[in-house]
Amino acid sequence: MSERVGIEVSLAVAEAVGLCDVDVVAAYPITPQTHIVEHLSELVAEGRLDAEFIPVESEHSAMSACVGSSAAGARTFTSTSSQGYALMSEVCFIASTLRLPIVMAVANRALSAPISIWNDHADLMFARDSGWIQLVATSGQQAVDLSVMAFRIAEDKRVSLPVQVNLDGFIMSHVIEPLFLPDAEEIKRFLPPFQPLLRLDPARPITIGPVGMPDVYTEARKAHDEVLKASKAVILEVFDEFAKQFGRRYELIETYRVEDADTIIVAMGSISQTASTAVDAMREKGLRVGMASICLFRPFPAAELAGVIGRAKNLVLLDRATVFAGGEISGPVALEVKSALFDRGLSPKVANFLVGLGGRDVTQQNFEEMVERVVTAKNGDLPPYEFINVRE
Amino acid sequence: MARESGIISWKELNPGTAITEPGNAAELKTGDWRSMHPETDRGKCIKCGQCYIFCPDMVYAKDEEGYYVQNYYWCKGCGICARECPVAAIKMIEEVD
Ligand code: SF4
Ligand code: SF4
Repeated sequence: MSERVGIEVSLAVAEAVGLCDVDVVAAYPITPQTHIVEHLSELVAEGRLDAEFIPVESEHSAMSACVGSSAAGARTFTSTSSQGYALMSEVCFIASTLRLPIVMAVANRALSAPISIWNDHADLMFARDSGWIQLVATSGQQAVDLSVMAFRIAEDKRVSLPVQVNLDGFIMSHVIEPLFLPDAEEIKRFLPPFQPLLRLDPARPITIGPVGMPDVYTEARKAHDEVLKASKAVILEVFDEFAKQFGRRYELIETYRVEDADTIIVAMGSISQTASTAVDAMREKGLRVGMASICLFRPFPAAELAGVIGRAKNLVLLDRATVFAGGEISGPVALEVKSALFDRGLSPKVANFLVGLGGRDVTQQNFEEMVERVVTAKNGDLPPYEFINVRE
Repeated sequence: MARESGIISWKELNPGTAITEPGNAAELKTGDWRSMHPETDRGKCIKCGQCYIFCPDMVYAKDEEGYYVQNYYWCKGCGICARECPVAAIKMIEEVD
């Protein structure tokens, strides 16, 4: 049985990855992700983890090394944040269409400029179209559990895609929480050995990553898209298996007091916890408010989300990344949500807010303001998005 | 896998478009790119094999008489063979149709 320990979430994620018996870790330190790879390098140095730790010279090299090791059949992990993701992004797009099941923790951080080491979802959104599966943790425990599940999802033969586990930088990565760390035996039962679909092997040479002429590129992208679509069913299956074995159940869309809610706040990541507290406070004042948290951003669970929020009259959609689109369309999460609703003929009153940028705190008071804004506004009066908490 | 001109369903592609049969580039018809093709004047040819050596697509093969014969399936019409032939035995002829 696993026991509950007080531990920093970054270290717990590293411990979980170590327990997954990862073969190769190639990473470059960057705040706020550093503690994760630092701890993995300690585990390797102390002989507690039998893995190859490749201290590369940049994130671009980190992901390149990961592509090579995963193609050679090694269970591979890396971690990054913000500018590090930006630098490695070229290779990330390659890893996914090559169907390499690399697992990467992203301690979410704002993108420069101005230089910011603090938390928002700019890197998560930057990775949106990279063809990876993107899981988003709402708590430290979930970050740990998703890190374990990520390997099983990624390596499932029906998937064979890289998986990102997003956890909010500092707000989650650097917080000490009481967490259940699964033990090695339990993980062994949950996570079968990695058996790649194809493998670089000198005894049986193959080519991974050839050129795709115009007569094959479309088919290659279609094949990737289909497998990403199909991964949702596998993710649900893995969540279910995890719940059976470890007793902690996760959903693609986590909800809080939505059943009779007129107004639903749609959030993603650790901000969901503040949102739940705000929901309780507003409920006490008699407002029928609920919260839905998106735990899977790619593939986007539109049907599940619409099922949860479709009956609400008002929606508060939160975006934790700036959108530079000219002001006439909404932020990235809101675009997905609106698209999911439009395709189902649903058109509640929607307010989209850009919040918590570059480490700006989002308070309970802010939530109350946002809910009031959508409740009192006349339909059609609300702009595509608004900044909250900005000094005029 | 890489059938002639690559016409294949997305369902049949190897994961990540990997190539699992080494050497299958031989199946790729590079011959449909060309606008000119080389023809050899056997009266001039001294059977030196330069065309065979320089052709980037392995178009030439030696026949029983020692002449080098083109397989136009791969000839992309680059003209290197004609340029390199020491006795100017190879002429590039424009494709008609
Ligand atoms: S034209 Fe180019 S491809 Fe064709 S036979 Fe000559 S060298 Fe080879
Ligand atoms: S290079 Fe010219 S001379 Fe030499 S084998 Fe070829 S055609 Fe004949």
